Amino acid sequence: MDMIPAPEIDLVSLAPVLVLSVFAMGVLILDLFIGKNKTILAYISIAGLVVSALCSFGHADLPVSSFNGAYVVDNFSIFFTFIFAISSSLAILLSINYNEQEGIKIGEYYALILFCTVGMILLCSSTDMIMIFLGIEIVSISLYILAGIRRTDQRSNEAALKYFLLGAFATGFLLYGMAMIYGATGTTKLAGISSTIVAGGVKSQAILLGGIVLLLIGFGFKVAAVPFHMWAPDVYQGAPTPITAFMAVGPKAAVLAAFYRVFADGFHGVAASWEMALMVVAVLSMFIGNLGAIMQTNIKRLLAYSSISHAGYLLIAIIARNSLGASSLLFYMLTYLFTTFGVFGIVIILGRKGNENLEMENYSGLGYKHPLLALSMAIFLLSLGGLPPFAGFVGKFYVFSAALQEGYVTLVVLAVLNSAISFYYYLKVIVYMYMTDQKVEFQPTLSPYALLVVAIAVLGTIQLGIFPGPVIALAQ
Amino acid sequence: MELFFFIPIALLSVLLAFGVVFNKSPIGSAVSLIGMMLCLAGVFVIQSAHFLAILQVLIYAGAIMVLFMFVIMLLNLKTAEDTVWKAREHNTLLSVLTGFLVLGLVYKLVEIATDANFGPGMPVAENFGTTEMVGAKLFTDYVLPFEVASILLLVAMIGALVLAKTKTD
Repeated sequence: MDMIPAPEIDLVSLAPVLVLSVFAMGVLILDLFIGKNKTILAYISIAGLVVSALCSFGHADLPVSSFNGAYVVDNFSIFFTFIFAISSSLAILLSINYNEQEGIKIGEYYALILFCTVGMILLCSSTDMIMIFLGIEIVSISLYILAGIRRTDQRSNEAALKYFLLGAFATGFLLYGMAMIYGATGTTKLAGISSTIVAGGVKSQAILLGGIVLLLIGFGFKVAAVPFHMWAPDVYQGAPTPITAFMAVGPKAAVLAAFYRVFADGFHGVAASWEMALMVVAVLSMFIGNLGAIMQTNIKRLLAYSSISHAGYLLIAIIARNSLGASSLLFYMLTYLFTTFGVFGIVIILGRKGNENLEMENYSGLGYKHPLLALSMAIFLLSLGGLPPFAGFVGKFYVFSAALQEGYVTLVVLAVLNSAISFYYYLKVIVYMYMTDQKVEFQPTLSPYALLVVAIAVLGTIQLGIFPGPVIALAQ
Repeated sequence: MELFFFIPIALLSVLLAFGVVFNKSPIGSAVSLIGMMLCLAGVFVIQSAHFLAILQVLIYAGAIMVLFMFVIMLLNLKTAEDTVWKAREHNTLLSVLTGFLVLGLVYKLVEIATDANFGPGMPVAENFGTTEMVGAKLFTDYVLPFEVASILLLVAMIGALVLAKTKTD
């Protein structure tokens, strides 16, 4: 029998993933030895995220491809790794007080957030369909559990079950699509798929296109794009609020990164055939997301619909598929990170045990009672809508100009129109805060951690809005 | 020679698949499903994918079916299932729409299958699909997915424990 050759293993490329996995398992073990107070686990988790993010600088000359072309470290993946580290850290900071208040005393909570981040880092660095599938599954399974972690709460259970059943179904689409693409091109590596398509070596065009459609459905579900968005409002509402914020940013960014790599890098040879489908999905996401948000009275559901519409804007960057598209995707995700965590931070601060104050009416008169909180909320909402000088405007500007560069004028006009619609419901919250009389007694839980998150978010939103230059340079 | 084995096995698996759907008792359905899984394993053997055939028997006919049986016995699904079926039985609109969907899919599939040109088949290596070959691939080219799968399984295990442990603290 021949000796099996030793595989080439590049531990430096994998360092962020390895460090974070070790920290996650450490948190699991330490959980057994400490008492009811799990705050220390939160600190360790944040330390793990910081170390892991720093480890992503292991290589000097980028990009470095390793593991037989399955894994790549490039500027795109490093930027995303930082986005994940920041978003997971902010989610953990928001959780510390929230968990105490809601009685979530489960140490695995932090470990699952870390494992989910491991999945996200793998997802943004993978250039092989098998790795992308595994990454998506790690992220999804962690999220199913985190959504249902309040086991005694019916809404939380409903969210977890709905998310799990529909998510498992979507995974089926994804996997079947990957199998069909493998059948048509004979490889699972994105570079191989791309070169096979360009060289005309595809075995059957019909099977390739069928696979692309199934992948589009699978990815569309995971980023909550219309018409695969039905789960989002219920899951966002039922999940614990820090997890909702986490879910709206990190996993969505990770799946979009993989989406970008697969469609813009892998399938660019047959772009003419999927471009239209993706445009329809993007436009529908923007319209249904925004029009759905107008109807909502619950703030978490409103943000769920708003996140559907933001998925629509982000898909425009994938449709543009130029270098500006890739960097605009990164920049937009960073601005969206700060504003989303800011909004959810304020929602968490205003909630208290037994009453999370999630109805929009409960925000009436906030502007007079807690002017600073209301001002930050207003900044975040205006940034989400895309008003200068806040970060959201610059993000949208870059995404739209990437699409304009490639000549998608109609798409951009529709997107700008949608930004205008979105102001209606963002301003509605602001009107409640400043122009109506107080309806309920405010008893904000002013925890230092949540306030820190809001402060970071305000800084980020204004900084990226006024001086976007340095970060955009990094994203290129 | 291949067809001589393939046709009876394929026919049997289709019949058993129908058995899963039309059987009145959940146990009967589950037993049909086991039979169908074994037939599929037979198909894999004919394709000389021995490793896949063994996994099919071990995982599907073994582990997953045992799980199904446990669930059926623990939950005693019989009564619940009847009401679900009754509710769906008279929904004509749903039946017609699904019928159209299936017809459309079959039409498109036939169209694709008749038009598609798969070119001359690629010869496969002699040891293709054997356990040795799969093992070598798994530990060289696919070592990263192999290791990453362990994280996936760990997360799933933690999740099951977190959601199912009895003590609500």
